[in-house]
Amino acid sequence: MAAEVQVFDAVLVVLLLWLGWRALASADLFKAVVQFIVFGLLLSLAWVRLGAPDVALAEAAIGAGLAGALLLDTLARLGRSGAADEARPLGLTPARTGIALAALGLAALLVAAALTLPERWPGLAEPALQQLPASGVSNPVTATLLNYRAWDTLLEIGVLMLAVLGVWILEAEPALPRLAPDPMLGLLLRVLLPLTVIVAGYLLWVGAHAPGGAFQGAALLAAGGVLWHLARPLSLGPSLVLRAIVVLGFAVFLAVGVATAVLGGGLLSFPREHAGAIILVIEAAAMLSIALIMVALFVGRVRAPSETGAAEAEAAPAASNPGAAP
Amino acid sequence: MSLALLYGLAGIALVAMGLYAALAARHVLRRLLGLNVLGSGVFMMLVALASRTTDIATRPDPVPHAMVLTGIVVAVSATALGLALLRRMHAHDGSPWLPEDRDDDSP
Repeated sequence: MAAEVQVFDAVLVVLLLWLGWRALASADLFKAVVQFIVFGLLLSLAWVRLGAPDVALAEAAIGAGLAGALLLDTLARLGRSGAADEARPLGLTPARTGIALAALGLAALLVAAALTLPERWPGLAEPALQQLPASGVSNPVTATLLNYRAWDTLLEIGVLMLAVLGVWILEAEPALPRLAPDPMLGLLLRVLLPLTVIVAGYLLWVGAHAPGGAFQGAALLAAGGVLWHLARPLSLGPSLVLRAIVVLGFAVFLAVGVATAVLGGGLLSFPREHAGAIILVIEAAAMLSIALIMVALFVGRVRAPSETGAAEAEAAPAASNPGAAP
Repeated sequence: MSLALLYGLAGIALVAMGLYAALAARHVLRRLLGLNVLGSGVFMMLVALASRTTDIATRPDPVPHAMVLTGIVVAVSATALGLALLRRMHAHDGSPWLPEDRDDDSP
């Protein structure tokens, strides 16, 4: 790949910095979120330019797609009053001057550190590529995620599980007013959903030797799930089946780790001849779990119509006594 | 100026912007946007530094790429939890600002 700086890179970096700043400083939060989504899309171009297509795939689906959907959904739920902010949300005040100076100081330290780094550096590329034949896959990023640093990925899936548990623990929210079913969205869903499933399966399989893998496949599946929810609202409460799928990825990963520890080799060190198959099993389970967790994070816990009356009756005494809040 | 240095410096600028917004903003959603931009800056620094190996090993260092992939997924799940907490706070207090930020001009 070209390591030369081209005009394209300069334009991309300027656009990224400008959009990043507008995403933070726009007084209107809706504009800010839209600029953040565009920022995420351009960021995936930057990943391609830096030779990281695996990261670009995940960023386009998660950073730009899913995060944007989550932010817009929250803005809609906050309503007009909740989405209002100061006229100059990041304008300098005496207190903020200190924060700005601290941020600039940190940036100066980082720039000084970056300028002292050597222009070429072997990093861990050589050991990662040398061990590749023993890892069971030929895509070094997948090998790093699922073999060399499998421990990190196991804990990451644990973090995802905790996040969805946190969302489920919070009190159920009232459902947003339902829009009239849009026939176009339904039609789009009927075309896109099967394609999403096929492409996710492809990404999972191809991740062994080309850019792709469980995360990218899960992100696509999750995007399909979010579309489904928008066309026909899903109810993803913490039912038994859902909880089973949410823990499936973590459970399979952990079971493999325990099995490799008991049968010799050590925790999560896969035997060379079976590594490819083991990685595929873990990735398939993880993809299902991650996709469902992301859709559940978006859907949240929506109050069922039967619950609404009881919850409002509970909320009424609290609302009549606002002075009780500290 | 090399590609790694250009994107590395851009990442540093994003880190500074995101840190300032996360600490200075009052609306929690804007603070979360700040944290996300801060995270994107860190990811950009990592991927930029990984691209320095291309002359030696014919491809960028895969280890930081794997870390960034993990980071993107964790960041979006943390954002989703933060947003759920924000909605809960807004439903409870009627304000999208943290209690210590609220004064006479709060929404």
